[in-house]
Amino acid sequence: MQVANKLSPFFENLNFERDDNTMVINFGPQHPSAHGQLRLVLELDGEQVVKAYPDIGYLHRGIEKMAENMTYNEFLPTTDRLDYIASTSNNYAYALAVEKLIGVEAPRRAQVIRTMLLELNRIISHLFFVATHALDVGAMSVFLYAFREREFAMDLMEDYCGARLTHSAVRIGGVPLDIPKGWLENAAAFCDKVDYEVEHTYEALLTENRIWKMRLEDVGVISAEDALSWGCSGVMLRGSGVKWDIRKEEPYELYPELDFDIPISDRCDSYGRYKLYIEEMRQSTRIIRQLIPMYKDTKPQLMAHSPQYISAPKEEIMTQNYALMQHFVLVTQGMRPPKGEVYIPTESPKGELGFYIKSEGEPYAYRLKCRAPSFFHTGLLQKLLVGTYIADVVTIIGTTNIVFGEVDR
Amino acid sequence: MRKYVPKDNVQAKSYYTDRFWVAPRVPRSTVEDTHFLAVVEAVGTQANETYVELGQLVIHINPKNNFEVMKTLKEKCGYTQCSEQSAVDYLAQDNEFELFWQLLNINEAKRIRVICRLANGLAIESIEPLYKSANFAEREMFDMFGIKVNNHPFLKRILMPDDWEGNPLLKTYPLQGDEFASWYEVDKIFGKEYRDIIGPENRDPAKIDTEDTKRFSRVGYEVPFGADISEGETKTAIEYSETFLVDYNKNSSKQLDERR
Repeated sequence: MQVANKLSPFFENLNFERDDNTMVINFGPQHPSAHGQLRLVLELDGEQVVKAYPDIGYLHRGIEKMAENMTYNEFLPTTDRLDYIASTSNNYAYALAVEKLIGVEAPRRAQVIRTMLLELNRIISHLFFVATHALDVGAMSVFLYAFREREFAMDLMEDYCGARLTHSAVRIGGVPLDIPKGWLENAAAFCDKVDYEVEHTYEALLTENRIWKMRLEDVGVISAEDALSWGCSGVMLRGSGVKWDIRKEEPYELYPELDFDIPISDRCDSYGRYKLYIEEMRQSTRIIRQLIPMYKDTKPQLMAHSPQYISAPKEEIMTQNYALMQHFVLVTQGMRPPKGEVYIPTESPKGELGFYIKSEGEPYAYRLKCRAPSFFHTGLLQKLLVGTYIADVVTIIGTTNIVFGEVDR
Repeated sequence: MRKYVPKDNVQAKSYYTDRFWVAPRVPRSTVEDTHFLAVVEAVGTQANETYVELGQLVIHINPKNNFEVMKTLKEKCGYTQCSEQSAVDYLAQDNEFELFWQLLNINEAKRIRVICRLANGLAIESIEPLYKSANFAEREMFDMFGIKVNNHPFLKRILMPDDWEGNPLLKTYPLQGDEFASWYEVDKIFGKEYRDIIGPENRDPAKIDTEDTKRFSRVGYEVPFGADISEGETKTAIEYSETFLVDYNKNSSKQLDERR
């Protein structure tokens, strides 16, 4: 035990003298690079980690429990709080699962808008990753530049839906709003800006940077087999040389019509994953550029027509009695999807985000399970950190790109 | 008479359901896909029921066989990832849990769901040796439902604190938490005897205590932090706009002694 006196204070985070000559160190949950509320208990032999124990639950809000006590439309804004870096992708994953359950497809214009918002959110999330990962590793200025571009993306989100962080920009059966005037031009200008900055700022500052390479190369190596077994998805899987992107393999929304590449890396380390994030931002701007001309050819309908489940447009509610009655029932009682269960995966910026919904034909979901990519990436830490040095721990946490809103739910 | 509330399921329920309402069911089709047929053949007699629901194969098995079935699916059918697993509470209806595993085959881009019904109080075999993702997923299932998992390397609560009582996702567990939950911090930090002194947690987000000088309830009338204003400061009566609201002040209203 420690004997605390004026000369040697009590180290509450450390436990020095153990029988096996290792030291136990507590990391977080308030550590600045703990990405929110991660607590890690590390057992160290010298500077080498021999055992890592990720302790989560500091942000647990019982979102799955809340889903059982809310009607389907009520729950949608709550999904914003899962991966709060890219809220629209959560809204979309949830809306898609419910749409599959009730057998509704969003109209074409809504699909164009949704796909644009999804890719915009991917850029927001990846910019955030580059910024914080560089900050964790020690490159302060990248953080400032990447956050500048992220502000522009959030301005676009604000112009569309009025919110910057918790968007709720997708509804079950479509989108709530049409694109405001001038938004498409701003989006095109933003794509140019991101492409320019990715090449001339982030890549110029980091990719060939000697320190950056020394800190990232051969750090956090995951084999393809491990990545699959531990439930990795998204960039964590593609960074290990597995070609798997749900947008391509199990396409949803407008992705089958769009032309984009899936970058993969067989380096299996943090540097390869960083390169993937950079390349994915380029692919996202490419997708948005293709979507902008598609918008013009669409009809103005924004919400699917399915009176049993989705309220009619405002004009109909105000002019037709039956639409008003249905709207009243849907608002006061909520929609009742058919009995059954559904699991729909989507490619969120962090990985495979899927919602499992078990419906018993009631207006409340009988069980909703949110399959969050970060949850499994956090689990992987207990394998990934073993054998690494304490200086690399922060890099490895950064490279998993975990967000605690969806780890703890 | 007090309204009857069923104890076995305290979750929100629809306040009105038409008595002729019959919920439809999501269509289930027989297995026709060649890949899925091969999977069904590989699982063989261990599958009690197989069908395709919304594009995914669903296999019902006995809880005793879960490890062998998963092993077959992983080694013979190429399902190399277990993307999700959890349980559904059917204790009120059948005294059973429904467990599901969501598996992914990345070569064929196919997903299947394995389902079993586990009687209350029984344990399930861990699939952690096959899929490492089960390490966290099974811990979460244990935490949320109290389902024990045999041969799990480190079966411990994951989201809730270690000394928590109750399993939050059970249908018997109220959304607002039970008594243990509402006093958890007070009991732990101060001790049970402080419950009366500290009082219950106030969950009204709009509550404004005009006497409180420690929080932001006196905007525009600030005093030093924590100052005692019980003496010296006159209490301001709450006045309502007469234009919009009826004046319910005690002076102008009259309380009847008897019912009219």
